[in-house]
Amino acid sequence: MWWRFRRHKLAMAGTVIVLLFYLVVLVAPFLAYADPSASEAQRSLLPPQRIHWFADGRWAPHVYGLVGKRDPMTFKRVYTPDPALKIPVRLFTQGFEYRLFGLVPTTRHLIGVEGARPEDTLFVLGTDEQGRDLWSRLMYGTQTSLTIGLVGVAFSLVLGVMLGGVSGLYGGAVDSVIQRVIEIVRSIPTIPLWMGLAAALPNDWTVMQIYFAITIIISLVGWTELARVVRGRFLSLREEDFVTAAELSGSSQMSIIIHHLVPSFLSHIIAATTLAIPAMIISETSLSFLGLGLRPPAISWGVLLQQAQNIQALAISPWLLISAVPVIIVILALNFMGDGLRDAADPYGH
Amino acid sequence: MLSYLGRRLVLALLTVWAVSVLSFVVIQLPPGDYISSYIAQMSASGSFVSAQEADALRQQYGLDKPVYIQYLRWMRLVVQGKFGMALEWGRPVSEVIGDRLWLTMVVSVAAIVLTWVLALPIGIYSAVRQYSVGDYIATFIGFIGLAVPSFMLALVLMYVGFKFFNMNVGGLFSDELAQAPWSWAKVWDLIKHLPLPAVILALAGTAQLIRIMRANLLDELRKPYVVSARARGLSERRVILKYPVRVALNPFASTVGYLLPYVVSGSIIVSLVLSLPTVGPLLLRALIAQDMFLAGTIVLLLGVMTVVGTFISDLLLMWIDPRIRLEGRK
Repeated sequence: MWWRFRRHKLAMAGTVIVLLFYLVVLVAPFLAYADPSASEAQRSLLPPQRIHWFADGRWAPHVYGLVGKRDPMTFKRVYTPDPALKIPVRLFTQGFEYRLFGLVPTTRHLIGVEGARPEDTLFVLGTDEQGRDLWSRLMYGTQTSLTIGLVGVAFSLVLGVMLGGVSGLYGGAVDSVIQRVIEIVRSIPTIPLWMGLAAALPNDWTVMQIYFAITIIISLVGWTELARVVRGRFLSLREEDFVTAAELSGSSQMSIIIHHLVPSFLSHIIAATTLAIPAMIISETSLSFLGLGLRPPAISWGVLLQQAQNIQALAISPWLLISAVPVIIVILALNFMGDGLRDAADPYGH
Repeated sequence: MLSYLGRRLVLALLTVWAVSVLSFVVIQLPPGDYISSYIAQMSASGSFVSAQEADALRQQYGLDKPVYIQYLRWMRLVVQGKFGMALEWGRPVSEVIGDRLWLTMVVSVAAIVLTWVLALPIGIYSAVRQYSVGDYIATFIGFIGLAVPSFMLALVLMYVGFKFFNMNVGGLFSDELAQAPWSWAKVWDLIKHLPLPAVILALAGTAQLIRIMRANLLDELRKPYVVSARARGLSERRVILKYPVRVALNPFASTVGYLLPYVVSGSIIVSLVLSLPTVGPLLLRALIAQDMFLAGTIVLLLGVMTVVGTFISDLLLMWIDPRIRLEGRK
């Protein structure tokens, strides 16, 4: 399977991108350079900063410092970059404290600035209304959104494999009941239902509780496709000669399932699972975007996009839309990867 | 054929039942009941409700009974078309929803029709001219359509419309007609505003259908009967359109059943971004205000309409596909 998968160039590229994104998940605080929830009214809605790579013809990455002035007409504070104020950008700088992999306490960050004044900071992607750094928030958002995808898929996988397996294994009445349930679940418009369920979550729940509740809500719908795949495989494999042979040689049903059936459709399940993750990510993003999924102070892609919800916000601060870019990239990459896996898993494919 | 029809009908009824239970769960889930939120509403506006009055109200609404009786009572009211009061609006739910439900369906159906109109020719083209530039472009757009959630597309289009064309692309009606009663001018106005939300909603489904159509047609085109038709000197157009396309169309039609719930779902969230006067914004407001009767009713009505739509598409499918029509006559 592996060499068949490797021939699929797009799928390989997708896999690499997905792996990179999950690397970000692991080391998000290291890649962020500012505390994602540190707000600073002074720095509200700053556009992305340009990094200048050379100073006087020499390699010296820096950003321009900002000089704040009050606009005499509107009395708003306007910040303009001042080329005279060069703030050097360095690698492995000291920053806010965090725990690497949740274990090692450290203050090192990949990039950062060493400015003379406390207000000399970096904001590669600009800041939001509360003056929080968008890049750092995006890193943390990636962590939340991508893990919610994985956890959600894990839940649906358990449901899907169990119900699909039972359905395919026993057939008959059990099978038709489960099949009808799947058809019913699939013919209900999901977003209104999710909205209803998500809005019913108590307000005083912690971020973690909400996180798991949301994951369960979105996986309640996501399992149907997986169940269908598992059932289909069970049905077709049940009739195979090697299963009959195993039965005749006295293997128990459990051991047939574990030793013979599961290995032969594992690749299909992996492919179907990969293809299910994007749906999970979109669901979470949509719900949080509506303000019914994860709520601030939690940070996810949907929460970030919520700030770009209306035309006024977009007109003033179009860079808030940047959070959409990783969503699209990761979903594309996962789709390519899943397609490649599916092709590779199908022994009769072209 | 009748047995197929009967099975579909039973399934549709079961689905409606499931939707009604789920909507009831949505209504019941938040802590407190209708009366306590009603009392909170009343005291917020300055009037006072005594404990006896509250109990009387509870009895009147049957809130002191077990849950399944409450469900049955609610169902009885729903069947009579009484959906309760929308707390925040102080008006009956049915009045608040009004046209919005129909507009939701208009937008969704427009999106589905567009999906078909786009996916069919593009799918055929992609299969017939496999690996041509057009095929690659279609595949590429298809992947983008799959990857970009509809609300993001709406956001981006809104920004582009604002930035480069300096216009507000939201809404379903022009400002001066939004409050006007229905007239031909208003219908025409609606038709003029429909394309944008329809395109946004249709993109993902179109992408999927193009891929399905392409794959099916490619399988069919390799079959011997196509070669033989060609060898007998049929025009290329007839060779492709007469049989392979018709066969490839079948799975195509059956996906419509899944497309409708998907598009209705999408329309809720796209409506919020584009501020369309559908039930989407209403549902969100109701949920945030914990106006559960309104929210539950919207979930219920959307579900029921979707089931009805799916049932209609099943009938269409039966009409297209003789295999289903003849199934019962074995």
